[in-house]
Amino acid sequence: MRFRITFSKTEAMRYTSNLDLNRTWGRIFQRAKLPVAYSQGYNPRPKISLASALPLGFTSEGEILDVWLEQDLQSDEVLEKLQKTLPLGIRIINIEPIEDKSPKTQKLITASEYLLTLPENAPHLDDRIHKLLEQEHIIRERRGKQYDLRPLILAIHVESKINSNRPQITLLLKAQEGATGRPDEVLKELGIDPSYTKIHRKKIHLTSPALN
Amino acid sequence: MWSPNKIKQTLEHILPTVQKPGRYVGGEYNQIIKDWNTIQTKVALVFPDIYDLGMSNLGMTILYDLLNQREDVLAERAYAPWVDMEAAMQTAGMPLYSLETKHPLSNFDIIGISLPYETLYTNTLNIMNLAGIPIKAKDRDGNNFPLIVAGGHATFNPEPMHAFIDAFVIGEGEEVIFEILDVYQAWKKNGKTKNALLLSLSKIWGIYIPSLYKAHYLKDGTFSHIEKTAKQASLPIIKRIVPKLPPPTTKFIVPFIDIVHNRASIEIMRGCTRGCRFCHAGMVTRPVRERPVEEIIQSIDEIIENTGFEEIGLLSLSSSDYTHVVELVEKLRERYLHKHLSISLPSLRIETVTVDLMDALASDRRGGFTLAPEAGTGRMRRIINKPVPMEQILSTTREIYKHGWNTIKLYFMIGLPSETLDDVQAIADLCRTILHEGHKIIGNRAKVHIGVSTFVPKVHTPFQWVPLDTIERIREKQSLLKRKLHNPGLKLNLNKPEETYLEAWLSRGDRRISEVIAIAWKNGAKFDAWKEHFNFQAWMYAFAAVGLNPSFYTHRQRSIDEALPWDHISTAVRKKFLAQDYAWSKSGKTRIDCREKCYACGILPTFADSRRENPGDSWKCPEVKNHRNRIKAINS
Repeated sequence: MRFRITFSKTEAMRYTSNLDLNRTWGRIFQRAKLPVAYSQGYNPRPKISLASALPLGFTSEGEILDVWLEQDLQSDEVLEKLQKTLPLGIRIINIEPIEDKSPKTQKLITASEYLLTLPENAPHLDDRIHKLLEQEHIIRERRGKQYDLRPLILAIHVESKINSNRPQITLLLKAQEGATGRPDEVLKELGIDPSYTKIHRKKIHLTSPALN
Repeated sequence: MWSPNKIKQTLEHILPTVQKPGRYVGGEYNQIIKDWNTIQTKVALVFPDIYDLGMSNLGMTILYDLLNQREDVLAERAYAPWVDMEAAMQTAGMPLYSLETKHPLSNFDIIGISLPYETLYTNTLNIMNLAGIPIKAKDRDGNNFPLIVAGGHATFNPEPMHAFIDAFVIGEGEEVIFEILDVYQAWKKNGKTKNALLLSLSKIWGIYIPSLYKAHYLKDGTFSHIEKTAKQASLPIIKRIVPKLPPPTTKFIVPFIDIVHNRASIEIMRGCTRGCRFCHAGMVTRPVRERPVEEIIQSIDEIIENTGFEEIGLLSLSSSDYTHVVELVEKLRERYLHKHLSISLPSLRIETVTVDLMDALASDRRGGFTLAPEAGTGRMRRIINKPVPMEQILSTTREIYKHGWNTIKLYFMIGLPSETLDDVQAIADLCRTILHEGHKIIGNRAKVHIGVSTFVPKVHTPFQWVPLDTIERIREKQSLLKRKLHNPGLKLNLNKPEETYLEAWLSRGDRRISEVIAIAWKNGAKFDAWKEHFNFQAWMYAFAAVGLNPSFYTHRQRSIDEALPWDHISTAVRKKFLAQDYAWSKSGKTRIDCREKCYACGILPTFADSRRENPGDSWKCPEVKNHRNRIKAINS
């Protein structure tokens, strides 16, 4: 039986890579004594699948994980067992059973939504964003490869309801296999130092997001 | 002043710029955070290498667990920052801090440093410096700086680090740490000087306070004797042991980044009865004490429940000598076979690896099967007292291939006393023969991986008097091996002679080496255990600056009656016994497993009371029944 879990990744846990997060979840299920299914073959692994890797240092309240269990259990029961063994920095936001045969989350994912909390002095923010969006192509290089950042930016706007004394931006970036935008790349293009910006993923979109 | 909050804020900006930031944040499952403001005594446990290595150290895990069980004590962790983080911290002016609460290390009462091997010495100085603590013990006044305590296998010769450490723990730490705390707390209440604290600590069994002694040397530069400068100081300083192994730690901190040994470990046995003459651990960890099978199994259950680890390592110096090894492995297999738990059992001896054991170990065959013949000829193996007949090596390796392993990993040493090129050639021949046998059994899938290290004479062993092989001869032997072991199916791994040198002069160093360490560190030596950072020039410069000759420490044959700089540290194995064993090695005379026959190494007379209080099977030394008669019998 398959469950889909939406969870947050904060505190120290934000420095965990996707591979290590996968292992961390394996250990959570082991501690919770939940009957996770294992892959077949030489080196059996727990069947856990994370929708989208979050770069090191980013926080999130919308990470998605699918897990296959060998027994049919109620969501409530799974949730209760997991709650007792979660490490600091992982909280479960939602858990629901899903169709065993439904496509993998990596195939469904379309976009990621981020909230960026910028350093205090980021003047002319609207102008900078406007200029950014005016460009037809934004050619950048990452790991020695050139790519166009512009089509990956689906939406960007300055938050008017501010939860912080620092300016905030909401950013919607395309996230498909081979075409995934990184918010720190957008920040660099805006001339803002990402190491002084808090980057937080609000949501992973598994269907096309409604643009506004 | 750096507050935990300021450190946390600074980390926010620094961490995105360094590799593996998860090393520097703490917050793992099972870490213990106590209230800083209400806890009486604060201890920082430091492993002087990076998180990835330090988190895999079982000693640190045990002490962290034990200390935090005490209500008036908190223990937090710190490791060496990697060079990128060190640079970032220095740019920010930020001191080294504890992972749990982010307090600067200088805010702790006691800093406990783990020194399992010598190549951590420069890192130890570096860590003190990053913490804003003067590196020399004499420059640290007790009311302004933490008490610096060090322990671990390397401290059986504490002298090279004597200038930097306030108190050494000689031997096992599980009980002595509480006595240190009691003395510390009493001292803190009455507000006396640091010297008063050190004098009180010196009364604890197993504690060595280097500042209470002075070393004297002869005109030829050799060591003469150690002199007490305080009446109360003890001489010799006898190592500490725990007569009964305390229950294993089951609440391991679960890292969320990958580390070197990403698993839990249980020590199934402490000590070794084999007496290999090159082996420091085998000599200093006597007597052999075994843990009951039931305790091990119960602990594994608890570990899985507490941590969720996928792998458990069963540790000891010689796992297959553990009396109930087959029973243990079979029970584990029965219990966990379908629970996706892998069990690793390192350090298996060739002659005790039975077919039963191989069947029981069935689970994971990808990693290869490791054996350590150590030498290529029977002559050489008798000299080192690891006498395994050739035919036994071959039959064991045949069985390993037959039981489904494709790769056999073999460990050897070169540079052993009286070794000739023929003995080295025999290593190559043996490896090729094993590969050939493997081909006959499983064809071209058979592989042999060969690790050849250079023998470093270690203190408190029967080889503590012998010279290290010369760099020219090491090179000659290594190139012979490279030529002869250049074949498909064979993989050879050698270490650099210069790295061996460093280990050699540090392990048999005297008090004068302290200054060499200090100068080498000031000139950039750190992470000496890391190939890419090892700075031979800094060390050579330091020796020249101090006016010492490294080959005095490495290449000099010591005479049996020479006073040795570590003689005042007693492992309870007598120097006379070591000297006799050294003499025996020259005539190829071996000592069989001392489970079969006691050779009176000295452990029993020293620890007779402990043995009497722990009768029966848990110790592998003979029982001590009637106090006086028994001791006489052993000494005669």
